[in-house]
Amino acid sequence: MSRPAPRHRPLPILVVLGAAAALVFVLPFLGLLVRAPWSALPALLTDDVAADALWLSLVTSLAATIAAAVLGLPLAWLLARADFPGRGLLRGLVLVPLVLPPVVGGTALLFALGRRGVVGGPLEDATGIVLPFSTVGVVIAATFVSMPFLVITVEAALRNLDGRHEGAAETLGGSPWTVLRRVTLPMIRPSLVAGLALTWARALGEFGATITFAGNLQGRTQTLPLAVFVALEQDRDAAIAMSLVMIAVALAVIVALRRRWWQEL
Amino acid sequence: MGSRRLATAVSLLVLAAVGCGTVEGRPRTVLVSAAASLSEAFDAIELQFEVAHPDVDVQLNVAGSSALVAQVVEGAPVDVLALASEDTMARVIEEGLVAGPAIVFARNAPIIAVPAGNPAGIDGLDAFGDPDLVLGLCAEAVPCGQLAREVLAAAGVGPDLDTVEVDVRSLLTRIESGELDAGIVYATDVRDGRRAVESIPIDTTATTSYPVVRVASAPNPSDADAFIDFVLSRQGREILASFGFLSP
Repeated sequence: MSRPAPRHRPLPILVVLGAAAALVFVLPFLGLLVRAPWSALPALLTDDVAADALWLSLVTSLAATIAAAVLGLPLAWLLARADFPGRGLLRGLVLVPLVLPPVVGGTALLFALGRRGVVGGPLEDATGIVLPFSTVGVVIAATFVSMPFLVITVEAALRNLDGRHEGAAETLGGSPWTVLRRVTLPMIRPSLVAGLALTWARALGEFGATITFAGNLQGRTQTLPLAVFVALEQDRDAAIAMSLVMIAVALAVIVALRRRWWQEL
Repeated sequence: MGSRRLATAVSLLVLAAVGCGTVEGRPRTVLVSAAASLSEAFDAIELQFEVAHPDVDVQLNVAGSSALVAQVVEGAPVDVLALASEDTMARVIEEGLVAGPAIVFARNAPIIAVPAGNPAGIDGLDAFGDPDLVLGLCAEAVPCGQLAREVLAAAGVGPDLDTVEVDVRSLLTRIESGELDAGIVYATDVRDGRRAVESIPIDTTATTSYPVVRVASAPNPSDADAFIDFVLSRQGREILASFGFLSP
């Protein structure tokens, strides 16, 4: 438990600017809530465009989270535990998708995996597989932007882990696999869960890289954020209804992780 | 002393200059919202209009017609609205957001666009039913999407699409980059050598009409009318024709 901060009488200017900052966060949501067509919500969210988008978003964001776990956990372990040349550079590269505008990430994916990309071109020639405009393309874009959350969360947890427990397990004859499964992973479980939740939330909200790399087709690549973007021009109420779903998910993730964020500060 | 007071005076002057449109020597602005397919033609019209009206600064806001309508409905301070279909314009008129009649100033024909060299060997509208090709159209909400679906329906082709784009420019970009094998765009989009795309004509008489109107809440109605007059003038029509638009 941290020591309570000493209380100060706040400067008036800080109160004014702080209130303005709070408004920046609160006003947009108020705007949305005021305009929300509450009574029509069930009909709007079961409309086939919205239902397809909801389902596709669920499937692709979960697939991206699994991909991020399968690939990101080993990467986090290597960054935290292994000593190899270029580790610092690799750690920096992992952070790039966090800072990069997603549309730039989507463009980069297109040049790599697009039909005329360095990998995508030969891939289509050899197998006939086209990654852009496919559901797999949506998962790739979402994995690209969301995996950093898992890697940095788990890497930090592994670094802070007291190595003596793992050492003891090894001394007692546990194989490296058993130690990882029975000691390491359970000990970093809270961070792992938080990393997975953040990764999933980011994958669910992904827009820029998806529309740039995977295009926009109902039922195949049109995820919830894309459906909101398209609906804004034709059916405002549907756009608001789908936005409310995304806000509800965001709030749920924050509530679920609140202990972690506020206690560790 | 002085420096603080000076800073205050300077910032007040800056604020006055920014906040007040009638400062001497500062051009009046007209905000023109134009459909994506008008982008290049309206760039040229803007240039010529500003030569004729040196005290007016035209600002072009280019997007898909339905996005432009949504902006006006939400109260964007637009002076002139030029769209790529009369159906889309009808939505603005119904909402009572226009001043005066919408006047059709140009027409455009649909055309099949393919990447340079036509790698997939597309030869007509029938290709749009082929599930093995990678195909795109504009969204149904934007005029190029309405027109494309109209000609496909007339040809009896149920399109097997891979992506639906929010405006004609993003569809063209995907064709140009070779990601799509074909898409249906406007004839004006595929004129000789301007983009790395080739065109295949469509046997149809269907066209889309471009109406222009002054927005009821236009902040600068007099210059808005001057701009519309210029678009409808002989000079304006010559510019549009030079970009491949058909006369109304």
